[in-house]
Amino acid sequence: MYELLQNLLGDSLLVYVIGAALPLLFVLPFAVVAVLLEMKVSAHMQDRVAYMYTGWHGVLQPVADILKLLQKEDTIPAAADKFLFRVAPFLVFMGGYAGFAALPFSSAYIGTNIDLGVFYLLAISSLSVIGLMMAGWASNNKWSLFGSMRSVGQIISYEIPAALSILVAVMIAGSLNLQEVSKFQDGGLQNWIVFGGPLPLLQKILLFPFTLTAFFILFIAGIAEVNRTPFDLPEAESELVQGYNTEYSGMKFAIFYLAEFANMFLVSGIVVSLYLGGWTSPLGDVMSGPIWGFFWFVAKGMFFVFLQVWIRWTLPRLRVDQLMYTSWKVLTPFLFLCIFAVGLILVL
Amino acid sequence: MDLFTIIFYSFAVITLGGGAVVVFSRNIVHSAFALLFAFFGVAGLYVLLMADFLAITQLMIYVGGILVLILFGVMLTSQVLDVQIKTGTIQTFPAVLAVSALAGTLVGIFWSTDWKTTAAPPMEVTAAKIGEMLLTSYLLPFEIASVVLLAALIGAAMIARREKNA
Repeated sequence: MYELLQNLLGDSLLVYVIGAALPLLFVLPFAVVAVLLEMKVSAHMQDRVAYMYTGWHGVLQPVADILKLLQKEDTIPAAADKFLFRVAPFLVFMGGYAGFAALPFSSAYIGTNIDLGVFYLLAISSLSVIGLMMAGWASNNKWSLFGSMRSVGQIISYEIPAALSILVAVMIAGSLNLQEVSKFQDGGLQNWIVFGGPLPLLQKILLFPFTLTAFFILFIAGIAEVNRTPFDLPEAESELVQGYNTEYSGMKFAIFYLAEFANMFLVSGIVVSLYLGGWTSPLGDVMSGPIWGFFWFVAKGMFFVFLQVWIRWTLPRLRVDQLMYTSWKVLTPFLFLCIFAVGLILVL
Repeated sequence: MDLFTIIFYSFAVITLGGGAVVVFSRNIVHSAFALLFAFFGVAGLYVLLMADFLAITQLMIYVGGILVLILFGVMLTSQVLDVQIKTGTIQTFPAVLAVSALAGTLVGIFWSTDWKTTAAPPMEVTAAKIGEMLLTSYLLPFEIASVVLLAALIGAAMIARREKNA
């Protein structure tokens, strides 16, 4: 990708700026679609119809919302720490957006093809953690502070099951590079790591229960990392108003929202790349290639985004103690078992 | 100025700027948050030195772990904003003497060293090599470090739990 740009523009800073901005072309339209999806899906699940007036079945509503947010007054509380208050939303978005650099959208496109892709993804998300703390602190509001504390505690706890379940897939694929992991699973549905990867049949059958467990746990931990129901304690409306973004309005609020949607797709992208073949076609050689790869990746990703919305309107919120119990006493021991078993099966 | 130099100086400015705020800010929370930029800048410099694994580990451990811990510590302290950070000067003369001696030595070494430069080698895969070495030549230090960490974890859990029994 960069070679193409470098051939066009020469080796200049511009190449890197354009390269860094490319995922925005995906993230921004995705956020618009996701806002609509969230509203429409939730409405239909509750036997409502949601927006109906702006455009056909209200499809233009997100555009109207964006226009509204753009014109809104940007209020900053008088007692807030004004500098940190302004920086926080950008830091949160940066943490999510930086992750897109290591996400393989297709066999021809990945932001940076570094060998430590997954490790980088785990590390860079800590930027948003700091951003959340900054937002909660700078708002000078008890709800915000509680929300951000909860959020950070939750993200840190669920980083452990997330990292361990990523490790299971990495052990099978033998690479930390998401592009390599995707390539490893090429050749159709049966080669996806969730079904044991492209290994001999006996190994696949033995691996299947463990990879399936790790896959589910990764998705659960992913939902917790993006603070969505049933893990939305940081913004539990009934207890904390809006959590860490209570005091935010206008564009700053919109950036928090954008960061949340970017993170939703990022988490789905990680699950898809590691366990569900990434950009590879489920039909083997049929409908494969860089363009179809992009289609498959986005389609699989969108399915998981839809699942997240579905779960949000299905399950009730967990209590704080249940949240910690799930992470430390249920998910983590299961994953230790998975890692041990997968290692044993791979060695034999 | 080529691209590498521009990137190097941007990271250097981020690191030093962050560090300066940590030291000179009178608001302890600002100091804690400024550490983020210092750590992040150092990670960027590691990348420029072709130590990608080290850079990401730096982000993971320092930003994701230690900084969060520091922030929690600072925020859970009562009366955070009332903390008077003393930056008054005492013993000016000995301090000036020590600092100028140190600075003189460093600058002297900097100027007198015959710096050898070569073209940057291509980026190598470091993670696999580090992993292999940790499990072969450096297995013993690795295991000792993990036992020490485990002991620290158990100790921390013991200290945290003691209140319950009392």
